[in-house]
Amino acid sequence: MLPGNRLCPGCGLSLAYRHILKAFDGQVIVTVPASCLTVLHGMYPVTSVTVPCVNTPFATTGASASGLVAGLKALGKKGLTVLAIAGDGGTYDIGIQSLSGATERKSDFVYICYDNEGYMNTGNQRSGSTPLGAISGTTPILGKQQNQKDMAAIMEAHGIPYVATANAAYPLDLYEKVKKARAMQGVRFLHVFTPCPPGWRFPFSDTVKIGQLAVQTGWDVLYEVEGGIFRFTSASESIARGGTLKPVREFLVSQGRFRNITEKQVDELQAAINARWKRGLARAANL
Amino acid sequence: MSDGNPDIQILDGNRAAALGAKLSRVRVIAAYPITPQTPVTEALSEFVERGELDAQYIAVESEHSALAVCTSASIAGARAFTATSSHGLAYMHEMLHWAAGTRLPIVLACVNRAIGAPWNVLNDQQDSISQRDTGWIQIYARNNQEILDSVIQAYKIAEAVYVPVMVCYDGYILSHTEMPVDIPSQQNVDRFLPQYRPHTVLDSRNPKNYNLVTLANPRVNAEGVLCHGYMELRYLLQEALQNSRETIAKVGQEFGELFGRSYTNMFWKERMDDADIVIVAMGSLAMEAIVASEMLRGEGYKTGVLGLRVFRPFPKADVVKALSKSRLVVIFDKNISYGSEGAACSEIKAALYGSKVNAAIRNFIVGLGGRDVAAKELADAVKKSLASLTEGVPNKEYPEWICHI
Amino acid sequence: MQTRGCGHICGESSPGIGEAGKTGEWRDSYPLIDHKKCIPAKQGKAACFQCWLYCPDAVISKTVPVQVDMEYCKGCGICAEVCPAHAITMVAEETSCSS
Repeated sequence: MLPGNRLCPGCGLSLAYRHILKAFDGQVIVTVPASCLTVLHGMYPVTSVTVPCVNTPFATTGASASGLVAGLKALGKKGLTVLAIAGDGGTYDIGIQSLSGATERKSDFVYICYDNEGYMNTGNQRSGSTPLGAISGTTPILGKQQNQKDMAAIMEAHGIPYVATANAAYPLDLYEKVKKARAMQGVRFLHVFTPCPPGWRFPFSDTVKIGQLAVQTGWDVLYEVEGGIFRFTSASESIARGGTLKPVREFLVSQGRFRNITEKQVDELQAAINARWKRGLARAANL
Repeated sequence: MSDGNPDIQILDGNRAAALGAKLSRVRVIAAYPITPQTPVTEALSEFVERGELDAQYIAVESEHSALAVCTSASIAGARAFTATSSHGLAYMHEMLHWAAGTRLPIVLACVNRAIGAPWNVLNDQQDSISQRDTGWIQIYARNNQEILDSVIQAYKIAEAVYVPVMVCYDGYILSHTEMPVDIPSQQNVDRFLPQYRPHTVLDSRNPKNYNLVTLANPRVNAEGVLCHGYMELRYLLQEALQNSRETIAKVGQEFGELFGRSYTNMFWKERMDDADIVIVAMGSLAMEAIVASEMLRGEGYKTGVLGLRVFRPFPKADVVKALSKSRLVVIFDKNISYGSEGAACSEIKAALYGSKVNAAIRNFIVGLGGRDVAAKELADAVKKSLASLTEGVPNKEYPEWICHI
Repeated sequence: MQTRGCGHICGESSPGIGEAGKTGEWRDSYPLIDHKKCIPAKQGKAACFQCWLYCPDAVISKTVPVQVDMEYCKGCGICAEVCPAHAITMVAEETSCSS
């Protein structure tokens, strides 16, 4: 990743992408749909990354990755990993069909969904990943009325060899997971939590703090499922072993996007977090 | 020199298209079944599973993904093929633009079928005609021999000019109708088709980023060279299509030399030399039009048939030349640009404007949704058009329809 | 303006630094490192480097002493937030205006 790209100061994606690319050590072909990452990548004729990259229409990331894999196979080119990397919009919503299809066909690529919980490239409109109660361009007053999809669980249900969650605020954990995924075969899916200062309404110096708060409150859980075996990792593992989750309220008050959230919604979110945490504790193989 | 011993088999159009792809040694096939294209997907799957075709058959979950897979595979450097019809082609509309804009030599077989609403699985040409603006070369086949030959030529054309090619043929009328087809030998097709040389590079030692956002205006790159704005890149696509006529003719000639069937023309001409009434049709309808023309000749009319073959790029100058002696041009369209008229009619009117051709033009919409079109109906329409010349109207505002309204 | 000379037939981009220009011009405050507190500087060897780890734009070097590329630093202030030695302060850029 070269300096002087177009992303916002303090961008969670920018931080994550740095370490993701490092884990591939240049031996990667990236395919990316319309998203903030497209903007990071630059504008013709100058790109701010030094890896080959294929931009693809919004709905097609999974299909594009599938096509690159097939093309490389046809040419007998080995040693390169295809990395599909899309935002939550391009993964949960418009891109879910092509991702599910490519996964069901047992293609061979790493798919990273960087999740800033909204269509941030177009100014923050709600996505399938926008949380309950969050203000967005298309939920401007009442906030989102539905819960997030659990995309990692959906991918786990496809029976793939590796599903993991990671967080821009825990770059070493992210790096290790990407490296691990890189070395595997089949479809490997990573969900990376990437806080967005302008979209979530917090000062851009706080990106890492917010990312860490997400894990400390259980809003984001760091885990991996390898061959069906669930393990907590990094800070989530520490909390699972002997800590307690901070109340979700701490996470909510740190960002302007939750300024209109109701008490009922806060309770609902807390209950969902508690339930998910409990499920994790029950199934974790490393506790 | 033609292909040694002819290998004539009785094939339907779908089989011919699949064989064309097989002989062209495509490496990546991504397709989604849709009536009446489905047998193409099944034939190709069979070739791959039997080991007769060294390719990957990607059973995608939608047509949009089918062309997305082909696009990326083509960027990676693999010869890619897909086939579809109707709603499937409509579903890949966005990707049609994308593939053309990336200048990829993908070949797509479109088995022409009506588009809903309401549902209709039978033939007309609305599907491919609706995509004529996307920057693809469009070739229409009149019979199953032309289908097979056109798919093979399509790769040579596409890979020479870096423009994707759509080979269109009528659903059911051709796709499911068997007729004798001379199958070229693999050996000769290998001589005819060079290896695909992609203009795209996916090399970690020389990293490039394809299809980033462009700006309205030209922009300087990291080396200080002024590069295109969006408009210049699109200009180049149009330029490539305009110039492709030369390549299409050349490829058609080379095909003729090797296989004995020449395709140097942009359209088929039947008894045009002394005709002052010309019937224009495209696809299988152009064969029916010949029957109609013979009927009319029998009654003393001097009719000829202009069977459109290459619809994009539209061969304007050639058409003007071919129609120079006409006093009446009757154009039968199995499609309509709603609110205006049949697409072939618009193209011909545009071509003739400003020329010295002094012909009246009549447009008939026929055969939509699989409505049968009999030669007699075509002949009657021509006679009706002739009779209408007394009105002194060379150019009617809207087309007539041959239907039961 | 004539662009045909670039030789592209499609939107093919090549790598270049500063694609968005000198992004250092974006900031209204810059990170000032106190090398008396900065751990690698104090220890005289490679250590800590949390600022390098967390910089979203990769403009902090993993060197002794740590250096920030001021041409491209966007002034987000994450480095100041994460530094365990509190060695980094965000200092307001001086704006010059004549009155």
